[in-house]
Amino acid sequence: MTATLSPPTTAVLALTGISKRFGAVQALKDIDFDVHSGEVVALVGDNGAGKSTLVKTIAGVYTPDDGQMTFDGKAESVASPAEAQGLGIATVFQDLALCDNLDVVANLFLGRELYRGRALDEVTMEQESWRLLRQLSAKIPSVRIPVASLSGGQRQTVAIARSLLGAPKVVMLDEPTAALGVAQTAEVLNLVERLRENGLGVILISHNMSDVMAVADRVSVLRLGRNNGTFNVSQTTSQEIIAAITGATTNAVSQRAARRETHTAAPTATTEEQS
Amino acid sequence: MSTPTPTPEAQSVDATAALPADLQDERLIASQGVGGFLRAFLSRLRSGDLGSLPVVVGLVVIWGVFAFENDAFLSSRNLVNLTQQSAATGTIALGIVLVLLLGEIDLSVGSISGLSAAILAVGFVGHGWSLPLAILASLVAGAVIGALYGLLYTRFGVPSFVITLAGLLAFLGLQLKVLGKEGSINIPFDSGLVKFAQASFLSDAASYILVVVVVLVYLATRLRANQRRTAAGLSTTPVVTLGVRAVAILLLLSIPVYVLNRDRGVSYMFLLFVALVVIFDFVIQRTRWGRSVLAIGGNVEAARRAGINVKRVYISVFVFCSTLAALGGLLAAGRLASANQGSGGTDTNLNAIAAAVIGGTSLFGGRGSAYSALLGILVIQSISNGLSLVNLGSPERYMITGGVLLLAVIVDSLSRRSRAAHGRA
Repeated sequence: MTATLSPPTTAVLALTGISKRFGAVQALKDIDFDVHSGEVVALVGDNGAGKSTLVKTIAGVYTPDDGQMTFDGKAESVASPAEAQGLGIATVFQDLALCDNLDVVANLFLGRELYRGRALDEVTMEQESWRLLRQLSAKIPSVRIPVASLSGGQRQTVAIARSLLGAPKVVMLDEPTAALGVAQTAEVLNLVERLRENGLGVILISHNMSDVMAVADRVSVLRLGRNNGTFNVSQTTSQEIIAAITGATTNAVSQRAARRETHTAAPTATTEEQS
Repeated sequence: MSTPTPTPEAQSVDATAALPADLQDERLIASQGVGGFLRAFLSRLRSGDLGSLPVVVGLVVIWGVFAFENDAFLSSRNLVNLTQQSAATGTIALGIVLVLLLGEIDLSVGSISGLSAAILAVGFVGHGWSLPLAILASLVAGAVIGALYGLLYTRFGVPSFVITLAGLLAFLGLQLKVLGKEGSINIPFDSGLVKFAQASFLSDAASYILVVVVVLVYLATRLRANQRRTAAGLSTTPVVTLGVRAVAILLLLSIPVYVLNRDRGVSYMFLLFVALVVIFDFVIQRTRWGRSVLAIGGNVEAARRAGINVKRVYISVFVFCSTLAALGGLLAAGRLASANQGSGGTDTNLNAIAAAVIGGTSLFGGRGSAYSALLGILVIQSISNGLSLVNLGSPERYMITGGVLLLAVIVDSLSRRSRAAHGRA
C-alpha cells in the first residue's frame, strides 16, 4: 500500500445528510461522514454527541430518518446488521457479543463455520484461529477454552479477530482500547495500522486522544448531534480537536493544561496532549 | 514433539516453533501422562464442570442399592427389560435435550407422543392404512405441531413454557378425539411395529461385530484427526491415550452387550434409540446447525449479530423435538401393542423432561449433550423398574423420581454458579 496522504477520489463509505430522531431528541442532524480505503478515520465527540447513534446507523442497527449512504460507489440502505455485514461493514461493538459457553474457535467462526465433508472442519478453524490471533499478537493461552474464562482484553481481541474473518472493506471499532492494558492497547493500535495497510477503511471511535492522534489519518468531530469539523491529524493538534469536541477554545481541558504549564513552566513549544 | 521428526506433510504454522501452535503459551498447564490427566480432571470437577459425572455416580448408586435389595435387578432378563422400557421415553427425552440447549422447554411432548400413537392406531387398525403410511402420518403430525410452536414462538414471542402448556392440553384433547368412543385400540401382534418393538433383537454375533466396528471407527477417526492436526501444526492426542480410551470403550460396550446377550440380547428398539443419540450428538457437536443451537442457548444477541438465522433455528428445534416425541409415542405404542387414552399420559411428559435434566443438560441453555438423554432415562427407568422389583409402587416411584429431579436441578444450578466463579461458564 502506498502512503495515502490525500485519500483516493472515491470514499468506500460515505454518509450525507444523515438525521436520526428519537422522540423529542434530535440525536443526529445532517451528518456528513466518509472513510476511504486505506484510511483510519477517528470519530470523536463528548458523551451524548451522537457517536453511538451514528455507529449503529452505519452498522444497520438503526435506520436513519433522513440522508443517504453510499458504499463502494453505490447508494445503499442497510436495514439490519446482517445486511451491513453482507456489504462488508464489520462492527466490533463495545459489548463484544460473544457466546460465553463456546470456545474461542467457535466464537471466531460463529455463523461462518468451515466445513469438511459433512462435519465442521475443526482442524482448519483452529489453525486459522491461531494464525489470526498470532497476527494480532494476541495473548490467549488456548483457543479451546470457553470465552467466559478470558479477560476483558482477551475478549476484545477475539471480537476484533472475528470482525476480520468476513474479509470486510470497512471495520468499525467502538472504543476498542477502553478495557485494555498498556501493551494490549499498543497491539490494538498496531492492528489498526495493519488494517489500514491492508487497504481497509477503519472507523475508530475513541475517547482517548493519544490513541486517536497515534493512528488516525483524519478526525471527525461530532458535537450535539452535528458535524463540528474534520481535521487532518498531520495538520492539527489535540487542543484543536478538544476545542471542537467541547465547542470552545477555552474549556475545562485547556484550562487544566494551561494551569499545569504555568506551574511547571513547561519549556517545550509543542505541548503534549492529555490533560 | 520437540524433535523435528520429518513427518511427510508437516507444515507448521510457525516454522521456528518447536511446540504445536496451540501449546506455545507458557501459561498453559501441561497435563501429560496419567497423573496429568487426573489432575486436569480433578481441577475441572472442582471448578464445577461436572459433565456427566453426577449422573454416572447416581446410576451406580441406584444400581448398587437395588442389586443389594433384590438379586433379580441386575439379572440379564431384567436389564433387557430395562433397555426396552427406556427406548421410547428416551427418544422423547432426546428432543427435550434439543429445546433445553436453546434455553427453551416443551411441556407437551407427552401429549404429542400420545396423539402420535392414536393417529397410528386409528390409521393402521381403523382405516387399514399400510404401516409405513401410518407411521409417516404420525411423524408428520409431530413435525407440524413443532412448526406451529416455532412459528408462535418466533412470531409472537410468547414464552415456550406457555405455548407448550397450551399444547399439552390441546393435543391431549385431540388424542382423545382421534381415538373416538372406544378409547383404546389394540395393535395386532403380528404387525411390523409390534414385532420391532417387542421381539426384534440383534443376534449375538451381530452385536459383537457392531461393538468392534464402533471401536475401530473411533480409533480410525481419532488417528485421522491426529494426522490432520500434525499437518496443521497443532497438538495431537498421544497414541497411548487413544489406545486406553479405545479399550475403555470396548469394555464399556462389550460387557453390557455380553450381559444382555445372556438373555434376549440387544433390542432393535434400544439400538434405534442409541443410534439417534449418537447421530444427534454428532449433529450438535459437529455441524453448523448444532453450533447455532449452542450459540443461541449461550447468547441469543451474539448469535443474531453473527448472522445466524435465529428464527429458523428455533423453528427447526421445535420441529425436531415434536417429531422425536411422535417417534417415541410410536415406539411406546409398539411395545404395549396398543394406543389408548392413557398413552403418553402423566409420567411420559415428566419422565422425559426429568431424564434430560438428570442426564446433565442445563436448564439455562447452551450446555448439555445428546448423551444426557441416554444416561438420564437409564436413571429414571432404573428407579421405576427397581422399585417395582422391591414391591414398591407408584407413590414411592413418584416421590423418588421427584427427589432425583430436584437433586439434578440443584447440581445444575450449583455447578453453574461454580463455573461462573471459575471462569468456565
